[in-house]
Amino acid sequence: MAESIPVAPSPARAHDHEHPAEPGFIRKYLLSTDHKVIGLQYMFTGMAMALLGGFLAYVFRMQLAFPGIDVPLFGVVSPNEYNSLITNHGAIMIFWVAMPVLIAAFGNYLIPLMIGADDMAFPRLNRLSYQLFLVSALVLLASFFVEGGAFGGAWTMYPPLSASSEFNQTPLGTTLFICAVALEFVAFLMGGINFVTTTMNSRAPGMRMYDIPMVVWMIVLASILFMASVGPLVAGAVMLLFDHTLGTAFFDPQRGGDPILWQHLFWFFGHPEVYVVLLPAVGIVAEIITVFARKKLFAYKTVLYTAFGTGVLSFTVWAHHQFIAGIDPRMANVFTITTLLISVPIAEMMFVYIATLYGGSIQLATPMLWALAFIAEFLIGGVTGIFLGASGSDIYLHDTYFVLAHFHYTFFPIAIIGSFAAISYWYPKMFGRMLNETLGKIHFWGTVIPFNTIFIPLFVLGAAGEHRRIWDFAQFPELASEPLRNLDKVATVSLVIMLAFQAVFLFNFFWSLRRGQKAGKNPWHANTLEWTTESPPPHGNWKQMPTVYRGPYEYSVPGRDADFWPQNEPA
Amino acid sequence: MLERLLPVASTSAGDIDFVFSLIFWLVGFWLLVAELVFFWLIVRYRRRDGQRAQYITGELKSEKRWITIPHLLVLACDVFIIFFAVRVWYDVKQALPTAPEQQTVRIVAQQWAWTFFHPGPDGQLDTPDDIVKVNELHVEVDKLYHFQLTAKDVLHSFSVPVFRLKQDAIPGRVIVGWFEPTKTGEFDIQCTEICGIGHGLMPARIHIETPEQHASWMAEHGEISVAAVTGR
Ligand code: HEM
Ligand SMILES: [Cu+2]
Ligand SMILES: [Cu+2]
Repeated sequence: MAESIPVAPSPARAHDHEHPAEPGFIRKYLLSTDHKVIGLQYMFTGMAMALLGGFLAYVFRMQLAFPGIDVPLFGVVSPNEYNSLITNHGAIMIFWVAMPVLIAAFGNYLIPLMIGADDMAFPRLNRLSYQLFLVSALVLLASFFVEGGAFGGAWTMYPPLSASSEFNQTPLGTTLFICAVALEFVAFLMGGINFVTTTMNSRAPGMRMYDIPMVVWMIVLASILFMASVGPLVAGAVMLLFDHTLGTAFFDPQRGGDPILWQHLFWFFGHPEVYVVLLPAVGIVAEIITVFARKKLFAYKTVLYTAFGTGVLSFTVWAHHQFIAGIDPRMANVFTITTLLISVPIAEMMFVYIATLYGGSIQLATPMLWALAFIAEFLIGGVTGIFLGASGSDIYLHDTYFVLAHFHYTFFPIAIIGSFAAISYWYPKMFGRMLNETLGKIHFWGTVIPFNTIFIPLFVLGAAGEHRRIWDFAQFPELASEPLRNLDKVATVSLVIMLAFQAVFLFNFFWSLRRGQKAGKNPWHANTLEWTTESPPPHGNWKQMPTVYRGPYEYSVPGRDADFWPQNEPA
Repeated sequence: MLERLLPVASTSAGDIDFVFSLIFWLVGFWLLVAELVFFWLIVRYRRRDGQRAQYITGELKSEKRWITIPHLLVLACDVFIIFFAVRVWYDVKQALPTAPEQQTVRIVAQQWAWTFFHPGPDGQLDTPDDIVKVNELHVEVDKLYHFQLTAKDVLHSFSVPVFRLKQDAIPGRVIVGWFEPTKTGEFDIQCTEICGIGHGLMPARIHIETPEQHASWMAEHGEISVAAVTGR
């Protein structure tokens, strides 16, 4: 990597400063081009969607544990409603929660602040990206209220089911679903361009490649992965939309199309997508464990290169989702090898984090608890993936609850634990006040313990043969047995408990906005640039733009009194 | 391990269970080691007053060793697992041992039912004495069967948990595979690819019969089918 790239004058520095002195509410919050406002808009939208996604999970889990009951706040769940609920739960959690919160919210909020820029490279494009994202969310929500109801063909949208309303019986719901997903992709393409350009061009003087904080690198890599993988799927989505609305036959086998083609396009995007959401989360964890262990990140360059390695390899594993889909069985051998190999860089990344703890001075504040929980839980998600990447055992496990438990052990740490880690860590910067620690810890344990008791039973159920996307298991004598039904009840009760504990978080969040202790500039004694300005930072971020003298993780440097050394402090 | 949760009823089921157990013990062991080291570090290096953290860059060879060695171990385990996984995959999905024609069944999936075509007394499919059953598949124990799997409308997936067997069904294509039942009894058949509103409502059963049971089932139904065709 070129360490001596001259730092070009930031195009963002020249951005429109012609705002009137006191912008009104609409200009300030709805039409703002300030990266911080846009970041928060993404965050609040993502949080609202997370509540919805969690509510959908509550409804269908109730149906699974107590088939046929009148679910409080919803009603009786019919088979087609069940399908719509799981489909939209999955799509919402991935596209309208994990991506907006991890990439867009934190990317927008943090990148300029952490690289010492006063805004994004393209502030107006940034605003358009959020507006389009909001439209995509509204289109998705609208699909619940149209005739026939919301799409229920799974978030993977496999044709022919998704390609003809004769088969899916949700003519409008399907169209809206595909449109919503496609719009969301376009919004994130715009965001991605912004993140990459800003990081490459707008860094503070003195910030070399290896001085960039890990979370910024990770969001940039994630954006590149996203942009490189989503193209084919956008084309695929348009073809699917044409099949569904105009009666073309791209994926219709009766008329010369091929349904398997969709699966390739979908998973060529879908697998890298896993890493698109993973990388920002591991970046967040890197920032937090170094601060709360007062330690330099172990082998910065190794972390960066494992992320590059994972990114490249992630384009070569997609067909592990299709082992038994009717692809040439010889192909499975290639994809088994690539899939198991990708465990090497990912494992290495986890080892680096564990090694970072060695010799530290670890303070278990709430953000640190979340970051450590990420590592502990994600390890389980990682190793259970081996069962599914190994073609021989995937024949049995594919499309069972074992798969479901596995990917929730990756996605939940990423999207939920990772987001809570970031929110509790950067909240003081965002709002100028501290969250309450006691409430934070209650919420932490109230989320992490039930998370495990939801999904460990689902591993067992999956290993016993319970298959996914089934409305009621009463039809299957072997699955209807008492012990298995009880495991489903354990999972559902745990979910209800976990959801109830989210009230603690919401209370803490809003209460601390006004009542929290004042945070000051740098409550955690951290090194990165965002902690050198006011909390919350003013429009333009700094009164005087910072200059960078060292890397982001110089904690506990021998011979210094303070155990931290901000990046902008002259030697 | 899996045999504790559900019966083993085909020649391949045991092999697939073996891969599962192998991975379970291998990665389970390393997961345990990693988690123990992790929690030990957290406890051991809790903050103490007056004690500073160490300054370790992790860039020295002697330090990097701490992650290179575990990562080579991961690689070694991967190679080991790949070997066994591919071997079982080859047997179940790539190789196709021969089976006589009377041991060939046709499976047609549609929204939302399974139709099973069994060769009748003449031992051939596509003849008038075929025994056609909805949501009911009859096979004889210890005989190697071929199945010809297809779908009429959307994707479905033919799954027999006690065989550990699964294969997607695709409209417009016939996919041929095999199984050899080893245990008599009646077991679940599932559809494991979402196929619309009734996806959860297309259960079927596989009846694995002794030669005598199978022969009498055949006699009973073969008779009816022939009668239906010839009008006798
Ligand atoms: C709030 C806790 C959660 C619970 C209890 C939960 C539970 C479930 C269950 C039981 C299913 C499968 C339903 C079925 O197949 O019949 C499911 C599907 C899914 N979930 Fe979650 N989930 C949660 C959070 C998440 C999160 C955070 C993500 C991702 C960021 C996520 C992503 C998905 C996806 C992609 C599917 C597949 C949907 C499909 O089959 O089309 N879930 N969830
Ligand atoms: Cu994948
Ligand atoms: Cu189905």
